[in-house]
Amino acid sequence: MKRNVWATLYWPVAALIVLASVFPLVYAIATSLKQGNALFEPTLWVDAPTLANYATLFRQQSFGRNLLNSALVSAGVVALSLALSLLAAWALGRVNFRGRGVLMLTILSASMFPQVAVLSGMYELVRALGLYDSLGSLLIADLVITLPFTVWVLVTFMSQLPKEVEEAAMMDGLGLFTLIFRIFMPLLWPAMVATGLLAFIAAWNEFLFALTFTISPEQRTVPVAIALVSGNNAYEVPWGSLMAASVIVTLPLVALVIYFQRHIVAGLTAGSVKG
Amino acid sequence: MSRIELRNVGKRYGEVAVLHDINLTIEPGEVCVFIGPSGCGKSTLLRLIAGLEEISTGELAIDGRVVNDLPPAQRNVAMVFQSYALYPHMSVYENMAFGLRHQKLPADEIERRVRAAAASLHLEGLLERKPKALSGGQRQRVAIGRAIVRNPKVFLFDEPLSNLDAGLRIKTRVEIARLHRELGSVSMVYVTHDQVEAMTLADKIVLLRPDTAARGLPSIAQVGHPLELYHHPRNLFVAGFIGSPAMNLLKGQALECQAQRVCARLAGGQELTAEVVSPQLHPGEALTLGVRPEHVVLGSGKGRGVVSHLEHLGETSQVYLQVPGQEALLLAKGGHPGMRLGDTVAFDLPEAEVHVFRADGEALPRPARPQHGLPSAAAACA
Amino acid sequence: MSAGLNRQRVRWAWIALLPMLTVLAAVAGWPLGRTIWFGFTDAALDRLGEWQFVGLDNYIGEFGGLAKDSDFWGAARNTLVFAFLSVTLETVLGLIVALVINHPSPMRTFLRAAVLVPWAIPTVVSARIWGWMLNDQYGVVNHWLVQLGLIGAPLAWTADPSLSLFTIVLVDVWKTTPFMALLILAALQMVPTDCYEAARVDGVPPSRVFWRITLPLIAPGVAVAMLFRTLDALRVFDVIYVMTSNSRHTKSLSIYVREQLIDFQLIGAGSAAATALFFVIALVTILYLGFARRRMAEGAA
Repeated sequence: MKRNVWATLYWPVAALIVLASVFPLVYAIATSLKQGNALFEPTLWVDAPTLANYATLFRQQSFGRNLLNSALVSAGVVALSLALSLLAAWALGRVNFRGRGVLMLTILSASMFPQVAVLSGMYELVRALGLYDSLGSLLIADLVITLPFTVWVLVTFMSQLPKEVEEAAMMDGLGLFTLIFRIFMPLLWPAMVATGLLAFIAAWNEFLFALTFTISPEQRTVPVAIALVSGNNAYEVPWGSLMAASVIVTLPLVALVIYFQRHIVAGLTAGSVKG
Repeated sequence: MSRIELRNVGKRYGEVAVLHDINLTIEPGEVCVFIGPSGCGKSTLLRLIAGLEEISTGELAIDGRVVNDLPPAQRNVAMVFQSYALYPHMSVYENMAFGLRHQKLPADEIERRVRAAAASLHLEGLLERKPKALSGGQRQRVAIGRAIVRNPKVFLFDEPLSNLDAGLRIKTRVEIARLHRELGSVSMVYVTHDQVEAMTLADKIVLLRPDTAARGLPSIAQVGHPLELYHHPRNLFVAGFIGSPAMNLLKGQALECQAQRVCARLAGGQELTAEVVSPQLHPGEALTLGVRPEHVVLGSGKGRGVVSHLEHLGETSQVYLQVPGQEALLLAKGGHPGMRLGDTVAFDLPEAEVHVFRADGEALPRPARPQHGLPSAAAACA
Repeated sequence: MSAGLNRQRVRWAWIALLPMLTVLAAVAGWPLGRTIWFGFTDAALDRLGEWQFVGLDNYIGEFGGLAKDSDFWGAARNTLVFAFLSVTLETVLGLIVALVINHPSPMRTFLRAAVLVPWAIPTVVSARIWGWMLNDQYGVVNHWLVQLGLIGAPLAWTADPSLSLFTIVLVDVWKTTPFMALLILAALQMVPTDCYEAARVDGVPPSRVFWRITLPLIAPGVAVAMLFRTLDALRVFDVIYVMTSNSRHTKSLSIYVREQLIDFQLIGAGSAAATALFFVIALVTILYLGFARRRMAEGAA
C-alpha cells in the first residue's frame, strides 16, 4: 500500500529530476545550432542545424585564446598546489609535532575566506609584482582557493599509507624528497587524480579574481569571456555564439566529471570527513 | 667486525616504561634471538638498535661508537620486516636495487649485488614481477634480499616468519640458518615468539619479561645459549617459558640439606632430592620444585599419581597425573598404550633433573653436565 | 651533542611544510591582513600608495561608514535572505534527489550521472544559460508557462525587483543541489542496513522509518554539509554579477564590496566592508566548531 505509493512515485520523480538537470544544457546545445531568426523561436528541435556560431566564436572573438588561458592557469595552479601539498601532507599527516592541530585548523579556515576579503590586498600585491592583466596574477590568486583543499585531502590520504614502507625507506637511507615523490606519490596516484581534477575544476570556474585582475580580452579566461559577452540590447546579444561558447566549455567538463564520478565522490567525501 | 653493546638502555613512551636496564653485548658474527611473551618489548628493543625508535636512557654502541642519535642508514644495519614492507609499485629487482642507487654505487656493482642475492635466494625468475604477483614466502625472500645487497654488518629480523604457514616457516628457517653460514662474519638480531625458531637459530637467547620495566626491574630475564636457558633457568619465569610443554611446578618445603643436595617434601607428602650447587636453605622454607615433562619417569619410583587425562600424539603419549597435595596436574611424556584413565601410576623425579626455586622465584644453581650440550660450563653472560 | 632522532624528524617536517606555508601566507595571510588594514584607511584604487589612517571612520564615521550606508545593509539583507532560502531549498531538494538515487533501480548510475551535470557546468556559464532561458522576450521558460496557461504574460525574471532575488536563488539551487545530494547520499549509504531490516521485521511503516530512523541518523552529516553550504552562500558573487549586475535588489555583500573597491575605487571603504563580511563568516565558523566540539564531547561521555 504505502510502499506502492513510493514505488509509483519513483519513476515520474526520477524523470523530473533528469529533465530538470539536463534540460538547460540540451537547450543550450540546441540554441547553439540555430542561426538568425530561428534563435528566437523557443523550440528544442532544430530545423536547420548549423555550426556557424562555433565558427564565429573562434574567428571573431578571441575565444580560442580564452580557452588556452584558462587551461594554462588551471594546469599551472593545480601542478603547484599538488607539489606544495604533497610535501606538506607528509609533515602534517605522518609526523607528530607540536602545533600540528593548530596548523590544520588554520589551513582549513583559509578555505573559508570570502574571496573579496583578500581582494584589495591581493590587488596591491599583483600590481606590485607587475602582474596586472597577465595570467601570472591568476596563478597566484587561485592558489588561495586550491591550496587549502589539496592540502587537506592529501593529508587524509597520505596519513593512511603503511608505516612499514616508510621505515624500510629509512633503513635504505632514502632522503625525504625521494620518499615523498618516488615512493609515496605513485601510491597516492588515484587520490592525486581526484584531488587534481577537483582543483582543476575550481580554478577553471574561478570568476572574481579573473574579472578583477585582467582587462584585455586576450588575457581573459573563459568564465570572464562568457560573462562579458554582450551587446547593446537583448536582441543584439549574440545568443548563438554565447551558447556555443557555453557548450564548448561545458561538454568536456561534464564528460570528465561523469567519467571520474567515483574518484570525485571519494575526494569530496574525504575532504568533508574532518577528523 | 661489528659488536653491539647496550648499556643501561631503557625506553619509555610518555609515562609508561617499556624497557628497563637493558645490558647486553652481541658479539660479531653471533645470532642473537630476542624472545618473550607479547608486550615484553622485544620488537621495541630491535627497533632501538635499528634506529626506528629513540632510546630514552642509556647508550647503544656499535663497534665502540655511540650511535643513539645516528639515523638508521648510517648504522650499517639492515632490517627485514614482519610484513616485508616491499615497495608495492616496483619490481623485485627495483626493490632490491633502489636503496643502493641512492648510495651512489656504480651501476654494475648494483647489478652484481642484486643478481648475487637473487641467486642465493632462488629469486632469479621473479626479478621482473611486482610484489602483488608473489606469494608470501617469495615476498619474504625479496625482503631478505633487499637487506643482503646492502652488505650490512648487522641483520635485524622482526618476526620474519610469523606471516608464513607452518611448512613454509620451517623451510625458510633453514634457509636463514644457511644464509648466516654463507655470509660469514655478519651478526643477526632476530625477534620471534616461536621457541623452536629461537632454540634452533640462536647462538644466544635474550628472554624478555613484560611488566618488569613498569616496576623498575630489568627487562631481561636471562641471557645465554639456548641450552643454558633450558637446563639452567635462573628463575621461575624462564623455567616456565622455555620448553614446550612447560615445566611442571610443584609446591614443597625444604628438609635437611647436604653439601650438594636439597631434600624437599612435596605438599602431598612425597620426599625427593635435587642436585644443587651449594644450597643455602632453611629447613621448612617454602620451595617450588620443577621437573620437565620429558624428564618424569613413569612406571617406577616412589611417587604415585592417578591418570587424569591422556593425549596420544603418535610419537609419544602425554599423561596428566593427579598427584595428592598438588593442585596442578603433573604432565609426563612417555606413557604406554596400556594406560587408562583412573589408573594409579608410579613415577620418579630423578634428582639430576629437579630444579629448585626459592619463594622469590630465583633458582638455585645446578651443576653443569656434559649431556647438557653446552659449549662451556654454565657461564653468565653480560 | 646532536639532536635526537625524533627531533631530527620534526625538523624535517618543518622543512617540508615551509614552501606551502610560505605560499599560503603570501597569497592568503598577507592580502587578508592588508585588507583589514586598508579598512582603517582612506586608500583609493588609483593611488594605493598614498593614504591616511582614518581609524573607524569607514565603519561608523560621521560622513559615511558602513553603519550609515543603506546600500550596505541592503546587501547584507539580500545576502542573508539568499543564504537562508538557497540552503534550505537545496537541502530539501538534495534530500529528495538522494533518496531517489538511493532507491535500487537499473537507472541508478544514469540518474547519478545526470544529476552531476548541473554541478559540472561552470557557475558563470549556468548563469548565462539560465539568463537565456529566463529571457523575458525570447526565453523558453516564459514561452511554456504562457502556453500552459500558468501565467498571463511573460515574467521579467531578472529585471522585476520582486522576482529577481528568487530567480537568483533558483539558479543557485539548480547548480548546488547535486553537491548536497551527493553528500546526503553518502550519509544515507552509511546507515547500517540492519536498522532498516529490524524496522521491517517490526512492521514499522516506511514513512515512520524515514522520520524516526533515517533522518536522525543522517542528521549530523547533513548538518555539516549545510554549514559548508551556508558559508559558501554568504560569499555568493558569480551568479548575481552575471545575471543581475548592479541591481540593488539582488546585490550581495561580495558584490557590494567589489563595487566599492573597483567601480567606486574606494579601497578603504570597500576593505572595511570586506572585513565585516570576513568576521561574520569567521563567527559562524567558530560558533559551529564550538558547538560541534561540545557535541562530540557529549557523545563520547
